[in-house]
Amino acid sequence: MKTNFDFDNIPETSWCPGCGNFAILKVLKEALDELNIDPQKLVISAGIGQAAKISQYINSNCFNGLHGRALPVATGIKTSNPDLVVVAEGGDGDMYGEGGNHFIHAIRRNIDIINIVHNNMVYGLTLGQASPTSRKGSKTTLQLDGVFLESFNPIAVAISLNASFVARAFSGDMKQLKKILKEAVNHKGYALVDVFHPCVSFNKINTFKWFKDNTYYVDESYDNTDKMAALEKAFETDKFPLGIIYKNGKNKTFSENLKAYKNDKRPLYQREVNPEEVEKLLSF
Amino acid sequence: MKNDISIVLSGEAGQGIKTVELLIIRALKNSGYNVFSTTELMSRVRGGNNTTEIRVSNKKVQAFVDRIDILIVLSKNAISRIENRLIKDSIIIGQNSVIEEKYKNGGYKIKDVDMGSLAKEVGGIIYSNAIVYGLIAGIFNIDLNLIKEYITNHFSTKGKIIIENNISAVIKGYEKGNELNLEIQIKKDDKAKNQIILSGTESIGIGALAGGCDFITAYPMSPSTGVIHFLAKHSEEYGVVVEQAEDEISAINMIQGAWYAGARAMTTTSGGGFALMEEGISNAAITEVPIVIHLAQRPAPSTGLPTRTEQGDLNLALYAGHGEFPRIIFAPGNFTDGICLTQKAFNLADKYQVPVIILTDQFYIDSYQSIKSIDFSDFEVENYITKTDKDYKRYKITEDGISPRGIPMHGDGFVRFDSHEHDESGFITEDFDIRKKMVDKRLKKLESYSKESIDAEIIGSKNYKTLIVGWGSTYGVIKEVIQELNDDDLAFAYFKQVYPLPNNTKEILSKAKKLIIIENNATSQFGQLIKRYTGMEFTKRILKYNGMPFSIEEIIEKLNGIK
Repeated sequence: MKTNFDFDNIPETSWCPGCGNFAILKVLKEALDELNIDPQKLVISAGIGQAAKISQYINSNCFNGLHGRALPVATGIKTSNPDLVVVAEGGDGDMYGEGGNHFIHAIRRNIDIINIVHNNMVYGLTLGQASPTSRKGSKTTLQLDGVFLESFNPIAVAISLNASFVARAFSGDMKQLKKILKEAVNHKGYALVDVFHPCVSFNKINTFKWFKDNTYYVDESYDNTDKMAALEKAFETDKFPLGIIYKNGKNKTFSENLKAYKNDKRPLYQREVNPEEVEKLLSF
Repeated sequence: MKNDISIVLSGEAGQGIKTVELLIIRALKNSGYNVFSTTELMSRVRGGNNTTEIRVSNKKVQAFVDRIDILIVLSKNAISRIENRLIKDSIIIGQNSVIEEKYKNGGYKIKDVDMGSLAKEVGGIIYSNAIVYGLIAGIFNIDLNLIKEYITNHFSTKGKIIIENNISAVIKGYEKGNELNLEIQIKKDDKAKNQIILSGTESIGIGALAGGCDFITAYPMSPSTGVIHFLAKHSEEYGVVVEQAEDEISAINMIQGAWYAGARAMTTTSGGGFALMEEGISNAAITEVPIVIHLAQRPAPSTGLPTRTEQGDLNLALYAGHGEFPRIIFAPGNFTDGICLTQKAFNLADKYQVPVIILTDQFYIDSYQSIKSIDFSDFEVENYITKTDKDYKRYKITEDGISPRGIPMHGDGFVRFDSHEHDESGFITEDFDIRKKMVDKRLKKLESYSKESIDAEIIGSKNYKTLIVGWGSTYGVIKEVIQELNDDDLAFAYFKQVYPLPNNTKEILSKAKKLIIIENNATSQFGQLIKRYTGMEFTKRILKYNGMPFSIEEIIEKLNGIK
């Protein structure tokens, strides 16, 4: 199905055949299209890595900046023009490793963006080292005796910071992925979607089948507005829960808290500036 | 007494010396005196020894002097650190018990004023700074109503009792000051009254607002933080987004997102924070997103002397970021230039899509001085955002290297910024030919800017044989020295644009037989830059890097014999 976000000539990607990124790209474009998002209003803020290359393959606006820095850039974009739909996207190394500090503080700000993290538990572009989400014991091209660091738990971290929307999906289930992405886009406030996906070249442990066997969906009886229940879910790592793990729609977004938008809702670029109004500050 | 007096307040951190400084310099200025003040602090919140120098004069003053004419002692151990600045005629005012015996017997004029007891009479030690404020006002015989008005305004939110007690304290101090009968006879200058007094920090903040700055984010770091505080105070009125970033890396990237979406954004930092921003600066260079950075220097490496001054980060600003790309660096030396150059920085960043860095330092930032009023109707917020069409190409190759910059939702095109080498549309490329064209295009922007580059200014004799070169915050001290020496052979070349080197650099340097450079650093970074671009060498370098600014006496002494 061709979407509004497809190019006339499909660009050649730099992903390996069978990579989970293909599914995420396809589903994201479809989700945005089905939500009638105007491509003119969309900005993808991406870092560096195989996942972050997704910004190259979506026909819309993009800022493909530095490794780890997609969230500060996205914060600057969304805050300067709240009418834009801003997606900050990258891999687990990009968002949780290099950009770990920004991950924490973007959540604290409750910046109204969609933060999609392609989580394959390994570094692809740099050829196979451990990522923050690599599970203990995983042998890699660098961690030859296996990873002995604790695995980073983005879901638990996000919930403990009172993130307003926390979800986990799997690229192997495109129907559910699309549903979750759509809810994330519709959500007002910061929305994390951590997407498990296999790396066919460098992760021989956490394969498509492994993710399928080691995940399950939270059922309808699960109350995702209950923070403590959500935290308990977040710590389940024998079989990882999928779906919307936590939702908290009550907090104001970052822009809503700013004085710059108190008397004027227009994006910054539409405002007239008159330097003469500044002269009065020189009053003493 | 003479026509140029330096008063030094010496006490501990947390004693409220800053409040005294803010109130008294305005009162003195509005009474027709020229004033300048500067503070040197220890890096601590309480205790230690901090001093504030206030110069009062019949002519414009804008520099630090070593000489202390009147020393007001506010705590124990407040003299020894500055005793070599005392002169034969120095007057020391303070409670008998805090002035050590050796100073009492040192031939200075000691005036025993027990400010602590006076404060207690009013209601507590907390009123000491109001006593000191009144005392100085009394010494200069300033209109008491003016003095009362300022302190009332200062404490306007603190309630009636606090205000009344402060006024009582001011009056007590004032009477004491009068009684001392120091016979100040500085000629008043009506023009001084019409001037505006402000701090270096305010000059940058006001310049930013006049440049249309509507977004600032920064991680706190002395001495740069005042700028974001200033904009926070005016955030609602001028519609400025203000955010304290989690680190400097976030700040430098956030302002890029902001410019990308149409804001005019800046960050403010010091050397250590700027070092963290380097990768971001490089990113701004290749994505060609405008950025404005205020870099307030302090002595380094690493933590260095956090509350002191130095011009040691010119090379850092000059070479920051991996790769080869253009940038513009300003170094204002007075607050008029601070306002005008910061204002201009936003227009230039927007026009050339390059990083513009404003270099100041702790001495500049924390000083107060009077400037003539500025006509803000001369300022224009130049907006270079283009409305995109369907075939918009973000990195279109143009003759002057400037590709029209679109923003999302403004026109029909997509705005694609990329940190990889990219083609005209912003897509990743590894095509060698395009790579070369893009490098050339980016570098070309510096050449285009050079056409409107800001010349160095000559101050002093037009027929100079000896030329002193200075940049940034040494402006005040060198200018005062030049005026005092009034030597037909001597002039001062003031560089407020340090990169690219101004177009008149070689010409003005070639005219001199002898070249002297003065820098507040150890290795003469600007002298080296000039040598690299012009081949010209300085016969004498006057360098200071102990953390303090140059004093007038010091420059005169060093110039003696080498002119």
